[in-house]
Amino acid sequence: MEDMIQMDRTMSTQQDIKIEAKNVQVYYGDNHAIKDVDVQIADKTVTAFIGPSGCGKSTFLRCINRMNDTIDVCRVTGDILLDGEDIYDPKVDPVQLRAKVGMVFQKPNPFPKSIYDNVAYGPKIHGLARDKTDLDEIVEKSLRKAALWNEVKDRLNAPGTGMSGGQQQRLCIARAIATAPEVLLMDEPCSALDPIATAQVEELIDELRQSFSVVIVTHSMQQAARVSQKTAFFHLGNLVEFDDTDKIFTNPQDPRTESYISGRIG
Amino acid sequence: MQSLTIPLLVILGLTITGYFLAKTRALQVAGGDIRKLVSLPKQHALNTVLATAIPPLAAIVLFSLYRRLAEAEGSWLFTLVVIALAVTGFALSLIGIKQESRARTFAERWIMGLLIFASTIAIMTTVGIVFSMLFETFNFFEQYDWRDFFFSANWSPNFRGNSDLGILPLLWGTLYISFIALLFAVPIGLFAAIYLSEYASSRMRSVAKPAIEILAGIPTIVYGLFALVTVGPFLRDYFASPMGLGQSASSVMTAGLVMGVMLIPFVSSLSDDIINAVPQAMRDGSFGLGATKSETIRQVVIPAALPGIVGAVLLAASRAIGETMIVVLGAGAAARLSLNPFEAMTTVTVKIVSQLTGDTDFASPETLVAFALGLTLFVITLGLNVFALFIVRKYREQYE
Repeated sequence: MEDMIQMDRTMSTQQDIKIEAKNVQVYYGDNHAIKDVDVQIADKTVTAFIGPSGCGKSTFLRCINRMNDTIDVCRVTGDILLDGEDIYDPKVDPVQLRAKVGMVFQKPNPFPKSIYDNVAYGPKIHGLARDKTDLDEIVEKSLRKAALWNEVKDRLNAPGTGMSGGQQQRLCIARAIATAPEVLLMDEPCSALDPIATAQVEELIDELRQSFSVVIVTHSMQQAARVSQKTAFFHLGNLVEFDDTDKIFTNPQDPRTESYISGRIG
Repeated sequence: MQSLTIPLLVILGLTITGYFLAKTRALQVAGGDIRKLVSLPKQHALNTVLATAIPPLAAIVLFSLYRRLAEAEGSWLFTLVVIALAVTGFALSLIGIKQESRARTFAERWIMGLLIFASTIAIMTTVGIVFSMLFETFNFFEQYDWRDFFFSANWSPNFRGNSDLGILPLLWGTLYISFIALLFAVPIGLFAAIYLSEYASSRMRSVAKPAIEILAGIPTIVYGLFALVTVGPFLRDYFASPMGLGQSASSVMTAGLVMGVMLIPFVSSLSDDIINAVPQAMRDGSFGLGATKSETIRQVVIPAALPGIVGAVLLAASRAIGETMIVVLGAGAAARLSLNPFEAMTTVTVKIVSQLTGDTDFASPETLVAFALGLTLFVITLGLNVFALFIVRKYREQYE
């Protein structure tokens, strides 16, 4: 019976692999920032990347939607497959890729526009709404999903920059959701937030798991333990260990992982 | 000038002696141990220098503002007062050197005084300019009806008096030429700025930006020559005459285009700085949502930078309105109210020059009108500048 469940689980994860990275190397000029990373990210799960500062976890995250393309000196080799298709294939348009793989940044960065226009930005660009009613609906749905609707429904025309930090970050999440992505990348989304706002965003991440595959970079191991099902530990550009979150935090295989989670390195 | 030379030499001598005396004396009161002093010897020295030099120099400046300097030169009493001030400052600061005296604080107060003085001069000059214009303008309106000045569409100064001095044709010329200049400079400058800040590689930028800014260093008279010998005849031969719009080489279009070239670096350089000030996080946010580069620039970067860009354009506009040389050589000197851009017209600034350089009596309305014109122009550009400042300031609050 035990074996059956185990097998079942392996089967299902194998079927639902959303992103697969094979032998990924990243160079910043002469600096070899990411070395030989192989990882499989499952659909409808939250995957956390943890590791000390400068270990390459954010760099790797930014490879998944090719945000590193905007940096001149950055070079990526190896394969990253999204639904089995290589995203670094010359045929792939990074602009379209980013519509499928949304991103939330470390510091809340709402545009200096109204709350409504912030959320409507993506749908407008990609022509997701047929008319104004449609757009209104998308905006409302996204804000509801981001648990922000009740706070802002009466002031959709107020500037997004005038809100509190936590609200701004949830607005950025709503903005990312509105584009209907398949994967949501979050680069330390709570590092600029207070504990209450952090709790709200974490709750939100857990709900988002039902619709997307979420990849979150975090410095807080407690946060990784709270929100993720899978955890990857990066150290000095290497992916040291990748496993179920429970296992990483209770029974790590690699001594470096153990040192990090027990606070001895990093 | 002889009688001012003596006090100035005394002040110079006292400050130099004071510098060295104060250093020695500070060490002396400390018994050679510098750590016993609250302020360092060099701070005592600086305090002595400032206390010796500033009060008498300030007295000279104040006196010359109050009376004419010539009177000061003749007045022995004044010379004595100046020297007495220098000696008092010198003596008091030297006597004041004790172990616990705070020369540093005093010296910094003197320096703050100097800084305040410098900024006051800048502001007072503006006030002075306005007042000198105001008085002459007032004289002008005593001799000439203000309604005729502001509302008459006729400008024909007559040296024997009885002239028509309506500002409207001149104002129209000024605004028309400035409008054409901005129509030319704003898109080109803005597009250049967008290219430089968003597309150009850092090497390209380091070459192209100074190259564009060279335009700002060309004297306007050289632009005027360019308008006179190149642009004017070109526009006449290839546009104006074939289209039957006139035979004049000097035209609104000539002056407007050349002035536009002059304004390009103003618009591009300021806009480039402002676009660069838009945080990278804004662009990342937009790229992260799958926006293309041009969508990002059009919908995020430019709107975020817009108030600053408007400020840049308004500054360029006030430059255009005040420009004289390009207009004299490019647009001619005929006051005219016309819509045809290939016709010669003139501006307020050109007429100020020509009214003041004539042989007419200085007290006649034909000459005094220059001050009324100047004041009107000043009010317009001041308004534009205030508006630009207001917008730029508002822009600073856009994102933290």
